[in-house]
Amino acid sequence: MSDKRLLLGDEAVALGALHAGLSGVYAYPGTPSTEITEYIQQSPLARERGVRSRWCTNEKTAMEAALGMSYAGKRALVCMKHVGMNVCADAFINAAVTGVKGGLVVLAADDPSMHSSQNEQDSRFYGKFAMVPILEPSSQQEAFDMVAEAFCLSERFRLPVLMRLVTRLAHSRAAVSVGEPAPQNAFAPDDERTRWVLLPGNAKRQYASLIAQQPAIAGCAEDSPFNRLELSQAHSLGVVAAGIGYNYVREMLPAGVSVLKVSQYPVPARQVRELAAQCGRLLVVEDGQPFVEEQVRGLLGPEATVLGRLSGDLPRTGELTPDCVAAALGVSGARPFAKAEHLAPRPPQLCQGCGHRDVYAALNRVAAEFPGARIFGDIGCYTLGALPPFRAIDSCVDMGASITMAKGAADAGQRPAIAVIGDSTFTHSGMTGLLDAVNDHAAITVIISDNLTTAMTGGQDSAGTHKFEAICLALGVEREHLHVVEPLPKNLDEITRILREEIAYEGVSVIIPQRECMQTLARKLRQKKQAK
Amino acid sequence: MNRIDIKLCGVGGQGILSIATVLGEAATLSGLQLKQAEVHGMSQRGGDVQSDLRLSTEPIWSDLIPLGGAGLIVSMEPMEALRYLPYLAPDGVVVTASKPFVNIPDYPDEAALLAELDALPHTVRLDIEEVARESGLPKSANMVLLGMAAPYIGLLSEAQLREAIARVFARKGDAVVQANLQAFGLGLSHSMKTVSK
Repeated sequence: MSDKRLLLGDEAVALGALHAGLSGVYAYPGTPSTEITEYIQQSPLARERGVRSRWCTNEKTAMEAALGMSYAGKRALVCMKHVGMNVCADAFINAAVTGVKGGLVVLAADDPSMHSSQNEQDSRFYGKFAMVPILEPSSQQEAFDMVAEAFCLSERFRLPVLMRLVTRLAHSRAAVSVGEPAPQNAFAPDDERTRWVLLPGNAKRQYASLIAQQPAIAGCAEDSPFNRLELSQAHSLGVVAAGIGYNYVREMLPAGVSVLKVSQYPVPARQVRELAAQCGRLLVVEDGQPFVEEQVRGLLGPEATVLGRLSGDLPRTGELTPDCVAAALGVSGARPFAKAEHLAPRPPQLCQGCGHRDVYAALNRVAAEFPGARIFGDIGCYTLGALPPFRAIDSCVDMGASITMAKGAADAGQRPAIAVIGDSTFTHSGMTGLLDAVNDHAAITVIISDNLTTAMTGGQDSAGTHKFEAICLALGVEREHLHVVEPLPKNLDEITRILREEIAYEGVSVIIPQRECMQTLARKLRQKKQAK
Repeated sequence: MNRIDIKLCGVGGQGILSIATVLGEAATLSGLQLKQAEVHGMSQRGGDVQSDLRLSTEPIWSDLIPLGGAGLIVSMEPMEALRYLPYLAPDGVVVTASKPFVNIPDYPDEAALLAELDALPHTVRLDIEEVARESGLPKSANMVLLGMAAPYIGLLSEAQLREAIARVFARKGDAVVQANLQAFGLGLSHSMKTVSK
């Protein structure tokens, strides 16, 4: 029996995983991956089957817990945005050395064009780095079908499998045909200690076995049903179209062009050579960085003409669009209307009534008294404090970097050195940095702006809610330099006074402005009203 | 092949995703192919938001609408309608709310902006918030807009859209369904008057 459902790419992955007999999803929220875990959290099938789905503290704890579930024989899914791969890289790379037992699928959702991110790194490089199979769907249906195949591949090769989405697939809806769910794996912990204890002796053996598997993994990609060579009459242009790049090519395809659709890696060398033999020139169309393009150049050597992002035929940065692909294919569309005249940018901003606003109002007031002050920001809604009207922060680099950068700058002599970090970001990657600062008695003022949720991604549970004072005290922050305040306009004077005093203190101070996010509060009120 | 590409746009929080949900439901009910790309995350916070919605009797490849491809721009805000002008097809129609949502310091001159909209070949605009408020339906302005767009979608009938509204809002109770259907009717009759002119 099959029925059709209208699903986001993210939801197709989630349902695909559930139907493949998933026993646990492990994830930290991050656009554009968040909806995968949310879908599983709300799924009746997941509830019925007891699928574990609570949010994790960060991507590394998620990856390791999923590896543990795999060790115990069950199928596990790890989801994150691309930059999350950096956080879990230690566990991810080494999971390819230990190998897995139950199927382990690692899903990275990349964000080319940086719609909601600080870079556009391409997760496929991580898959190649770890030497594991990589899958990259071109459509919502393929995303659904592919997850089941990913779990099978994972169990067949006893390796984690990386699945890569991009924003446009993760956040686009289409109808998906859905069949009957498969059963879950039984509990069956592994007992091969030599695989799992990566002492050098064992690790060398495991690494050699990973290398020895590479030809089989490459052959599997060449024989994959997700890779397809569509040869037309002999023509001078052949297109290698990876992931959703395939859709833009098919949308704009001029007659007589041959296409190699690539959705499973390693890059299928046999088909690339076959396509090159037919066509004088190859165009590589892929979303993200020139991952396939570089490899195709390597495969075919310097004599071949390979076009793509490196050659300038496609833009070097930003996501693919039907328009840039059309241009690369030499197809020009009608563009009847130019850019409008009466138009202004409308950047996102902090919600009216948001507690972060009160935090920045106080910070800006105090910073004005200390012209040399530097405020190190972090990742979350409060990063919007960089924009007008606040223009309050001097840096935003990666999860947790506010505290550690403030500390390093203070070590170099920066006064005042202020860090602003959100509650969820603090538990994700800020706590260890705070411990460093305490141990070094660094002269920094840390503001943990606590809105009781992971707001930026839509209000997911935050790992440390109601625990921040206890965490800070346990890490060694002194009681008299730890303050909890309520960020409201009426408390502006009080918050300003505390800030001023703590900036003067030559050691670690933590101020926790605590007030629930307007969005989650409003949602709770709506749900309450509906329940009545 | 019968198809239409619709650019839905507005400001984060104005309810364009509800319009997309209704259109998605209607497309599913009528057996049409559909792809709908949304914007989530950072851009939702009071910034510009847009969604590409493609309907067709045949399979659809790209999730994104090409430049010059949108048969319809449906906007909850007049300047946001103009933002996507390069996507409008030569014979495309702009259906938009006419009241600016001003949350930026450098919002363009309102009269000039509306004049630019009205100078396009096919523009239908209405103060949807005011119409919805006057009729006691303050929360259904987005369905007024959908009603305005309805005659230009082509692939979906009025009955299919009404059925989709009823289904999408069913879990919020009958009063909400009725309010949204009424709002849809107000927008529809505005456009019908415009069309007959």
